[in-house]
Order: sequence, then structure tokens, then C-alpha cells
Amino acid sequence: MNHVDTGASAAPDDAGGRFPAIETTALRRVYSAKPRPIVALDGVDLVVQPGELFGLLGPNGAGKTTLIKILTTLLLPTSGSARVFGFDVVTETKQIRRIMNMVAGGEQSGYGLLKAREQLWMFSQFYGLTSREGWRRVDELVEAIGFSEQAEQKVSTLSTGQRQKMNLARGFLNDPWVLFLDEPTLGLDVGAARVVRSLIREWQAAVPGRTILLTTHYMAEADELCERVAIVDRGRILAIGSPAELKRRVQKESIFRLELEHFAAGPRALADLPGVLKAVGASAADTSSGDGAGRDAVGITLVLAEDAALTGVVQAVTSMGAEITALQKSEPTLEDVFVELVGQGFAEVEAGDGPS
Amino acid sequence: MSAASWAVGRHGRSSQGPREAATWDRGQIIATELRAIRGRSYPRIAGMFREPSWILFEILLPFLTTSAFVFVYRALQAPPQYVGFVVLGGVMIAFWLNVVWLMAGQLYWEKDQGNLELYFAAPMDMMSVLFGMAIGGLIMSSTRAAVVLVVATVLYDVVFRVEQWLLLGGVFLLTLFALYGLGMVLASLFLLWGREVWHLNQLLQEPVYFVSGVNFPVNRLGLLGALAIATLPLAVGLDAMRQLAFAGQAAETAFLPPEAEAGLILVMVAVFLVLARAMLRLMERLARREGRLTVRGR
Repeated sequence: MNHVDTGASAAPDDAGGRFPAIETTALRRVYSAKPRPIVALDGVDLVVQPGELFGLLGPNGAGKTTLIKILTTLLLPTSGSARVFGFDVVTETKQIRRIMNMVAGGEQSGYGLLKAREQLWMFSQFYGLTSREGWRRVDELVEAIGFSEQAEQKVSTLSTGQRQKMNLARGFLNDPWVLFLDEPTLGLDVGAARVVRSLIREWQAAVPGRTILLTTHYMAEADELCERVAIVDRGRILAIGSPAELKRRVQKESIFRLELEHFAAGPRALADLPGVLKAVGASAADTSSGDGAGRDAVGITLVLAEDAALTGVVQAVTSMGAEITALQKSEPTLEDVFVELVGQGFAEVEAGDGPS
Repeated sequence: MSAASWAVGRHGRSSQGPREAATWDRGQIIATELRAIRGRSYPRIAGMFREPSWILFEILLPFLTTSAFVFVYRALQAPPQYVGFVVLGGVMIAFWLNVVWLMAGQLYWEKDQGNLELYFAAPMDMMSVLFGMAIGGLIMSSTRAAVVLVVATVLYDVVFRVEQWLLLGGVFLLTLFALYGLGMVLASLFLLWGREVWHLNQLLQEPVYFVSGVNFPVNRLGLLGALAIATLPLAVGLDAMRQLAFAGQAAETAFLPPEAEAGLILVMVAVFLVLARAMLRLMERLARREGRLTVRGR
């Protein structure tokens, strides 16, 4: 069983009826399989507050999709509990289904002979919109996602990117309070993925309290979109936090790159300042100007005990008559975090077997 | 329209929070179920106009089979009502084919397509999906049945003699309800059985035509016919409709009086609807417990 600090506490159940958007406690799911059962989720504790854009980051087989299937009431937990806005996924399925929606990457749902606009309208009917309201909402979404030209095309003729846009519009149809996105940019080219991410952000930010749980195995996507991320592997949550917090966990020191002009003293002059662990010169190629030597420019890499030590460095450099022309913090990626936590990268983990 | 407007959606016009939005009154629930039925019937109705190939495959080709039996009966100098029996059988084949191919196997294909989990995750009852499929199918098949009825009647000089129009209409509608009710039961069963859908469909097609007496009076089958009358809505419905459409000419080939057969069909409707609901519940329970029924390719 794995219990980690979830990084957020449940909102109090006050008179207004505030609940966490998502709350799981010791959630476990085991699939029957031969030669032995597969443990897809192994004691997941998670709290996502209303209004969060929360990411589940992990390799294929980590258990992300299983968690989404449980939260969307499609799958029962083997043990433990899961709630969406306070509604239990086992006993209060109808309530959950009325306020959520889900979109999966690479989804081929619907009927090829329908036009895209008709297909969206059909799904609007499943959520109880009136016919007129359904068409109005469909047209509004079609226009917003830049899909007007394809709206009258048969679904079977849409490209992968167009189809995913349409699927995303389907997810927005009923204005869900919680939207589950399972690898929403899977298989999309860079441009289409960017559009999808931008739509997700815009929709979520438009109304306070809207919550998105997104699974991805694209590090940059989690980093760019999510306010908080849970790193998942083999059914366990290994760490939860904002991307910056997670990256700080693996980088105990702060690393900055400075470009200075008129700095005659050299890096050694900074090495003895309080909080500076290391100060080394960077090659001219590593500086942003690239030709620092010719312009009396110096590149320096600073390793600090903490970010706060930078203030002292800046003051010292200024007092020495130098000018700071560039300052950049060098951060590790979420992949570094994953490697630190698991001991291997996504590719190596995915090479092994696991549930999805 | 500004981009924000689409993103705000209904939430911008409502003060409801998620907890309130999740609590629906009876009116909202009923309205959603009715709209879901309409939504699910739409692809079938739209498909009717979008894929005209169905005219060839679902009207002209089966009509040839009906015609073949008409010529056989004429060659054998069978009583003229036998031609009418075959034409009625041809009409009802339209519905049975639709039940087998577009009801029984449908949930399996929905699963394969990835639709099934979206249906389960929506707030409607799955019975509404089945009703939608059935109504869409009924509209599709009724067109075909009407074409067969009119063309065959004119072409083969079928003379109907109806004395109880109301009962005939009632039996026809009840038979359709029972047929599609059976289709709803089979839809869940086929999904549970999984990969054998094509074979099961084949199994349900020709053998059921045979034991239902689509092209001949079912009482000629003796005990097998009686079993069919007791279990298959196609068999009992056809038997009753033949008696009612050819008053006084089909009594000797009938199993039971049409009133009794109407009662039997009514029982079938109730049983199939209850069974369909129970099967759906079972299917959903299994799907959620085992995690395979709604998942594509598993």
C-alpha cells in the first residue's frame, strides 16, 4: 500500500456543500489474469481540488487509465474508495455522470456515416440538452474550435487531428464540472496538439471550479498544462506537486546561468559569497550571445544552496561594476524527476509489462 | 461570438454548483431519457437516406426470395391465400433482419467502436440507447416492409380480407414490440458472448425463418412449430396476422385463435422488456467488475 502526501487537503464540507473535485483513499484495482492477477492500482490516495488542472504522468501501464475508468464509473475499485465532488463512484454513478465527461486520445467513437455536426448533436442528446440547445451548443463549439469547415463532413472522412478536436468538443458539450482527458494529444502532430492544449486551458479557466484530470505520458504537456502533477508508476503514486515543486525535489541546489559584461574579477570572486556552492565559467558557446570573449562578456554557471542566495550574487556583481546581460535558471525536467523516483526512464518502464 | 462564450457555456448562465447540477428532478430525468432515445435513433434514420445501397440489399434481394416462393406455390396450384402468407412473411422478414443485424449484434459493435463506454458514462439509462436503436431500426424496416407489401400485393394480386382491423393493427404493433424487445435482450447476450456475433447472427437468421414459418404456415412443423409459437414473436405474430389478414382462409393452418396469440405476444413483450433491463444491469455489473465489456479489443 502506498500513501504519499497528497499535497492538498480536502475542502471542508461546509454549508455550501464544498467537496474535493476528486478524492481517492487507498484505491486499489486488481484485474483477474493468468498466470497471476495484475495489480493496476495499488493504494492510491489523491485529492484534487475544484478548479485544478491536475495531471497524471506515467508510462504506459502505470495505471492512469484504470484510475480514470474508476473515476468515470466505468470500473469498480477492488478496494478503497473514490469520490467525485463527494459522490461515491460505486453507489452514486448517476450523479457523477451528470457532471462529468471524458475524452480519450485516439478515440474512434460515433458513427462514420453521420456528419461531424450531427454526431455532436447526437451526443448532446445523451446529456439531456434540448434539440435546439444541442444544435446551438454544437455550433458554438464548432466555431470556437475552428471546426466549421469540417462540421458538415462525414465523421469517417476526418483526419486524426480533426477527429480529436471533435472529440474534445464532445467533452465540452454538457459543460461538465469535471472533465477526464486520457492522453488527449496522443498521435497528434505538434500543431494539432498545441490547439488541443490551448482549448483545454481556455475552457478550464473560463469558469471557476471546473476541474480537469488529465493523463499523459508527454512530460512537456504535463509541465505546460498542469497546476499539479502526480507521477504514477506500477499503480502507485510516487510523488505529487506542482511541476516546479517536483523538479525541486530532484534538484536540491539551484543552478543559474549568468552572462556578465565588464566583469574582470572572474568566477572565483563569486565562489566565496554566502550560499554559493560553486561558480564556474561557461564556454563562450554556452552564453546566449555566443561571442562573449570578443565583447568583454563572461558566462558563469552558479550553483546555489537555494534561490535566495542569488540576491547576494547580484549585489556583489553590481558592486564590482559588472553588468548582468542575461540570467537564466537551469531546471531539471519532469523526466529527471521520474528517473530519480523510479530509477529508470519511461522507455525502460514501458518495455516491461503492465496494465493500462 | 467571443471565444469566452463557448468556454463559459451554461455555467455562465447558472448559479448551480456541481452538487446541485448533479441532482436532477424526475422531469429532467424523463426528458433526458426521451432525448437520448431520439439521439440514438438519429444515426439509423439519417443512414437510411445517406446509404441508398440498402434499397438493393434490404428490399430488392429479399424480395427475390419472396417471389421465388410465390412462383412455387402458383406452380403447385396452392390455395391463393398462400401467396398472401408468403408476402406477409416477406414483410416481417424486414423486421427480423433488422433485429438480428442491427439490434442483437449492435452493442458488440458499439463496444468495438468505443461508443459503449461513452454510453455508460453518460447520465442516461442504457435502456434508452436500446429503445433508440429499436425505434431507428423500426423506422428503417417499416419503409422496407411497406415497399415489399405494396409491390408484392400489386404484382401478385394478393387479396386481403380483413374483418378485425383493430386487432390486426394491434397484433402487428405488439409483434414489433416483442421482436425489438427480443432484440434488446439479445444485444446484451451477444455482448457477453463476445466474438461469435457473426456466427450467432447467421444462426438466428435462416433457422428462425424456417421455424417461424415465414414462407409457409407454421403448423406444418408440428411440435417444432408449437415451440416456435410459444417462444418466437415472429412465429406467433405471423400466425395471428395471417388469420386476421385472410379472415376465414387461414383458420385451418393456424395454431391458436388470433386473440389468444395476441395475448401470448403481449406476455412476450413484457417478458422481453423485463429481461432486457435485467440483462443490461447484469452486463453493466460485469463490465464494471471485470473491466472488459466496455473496453475495446478485450
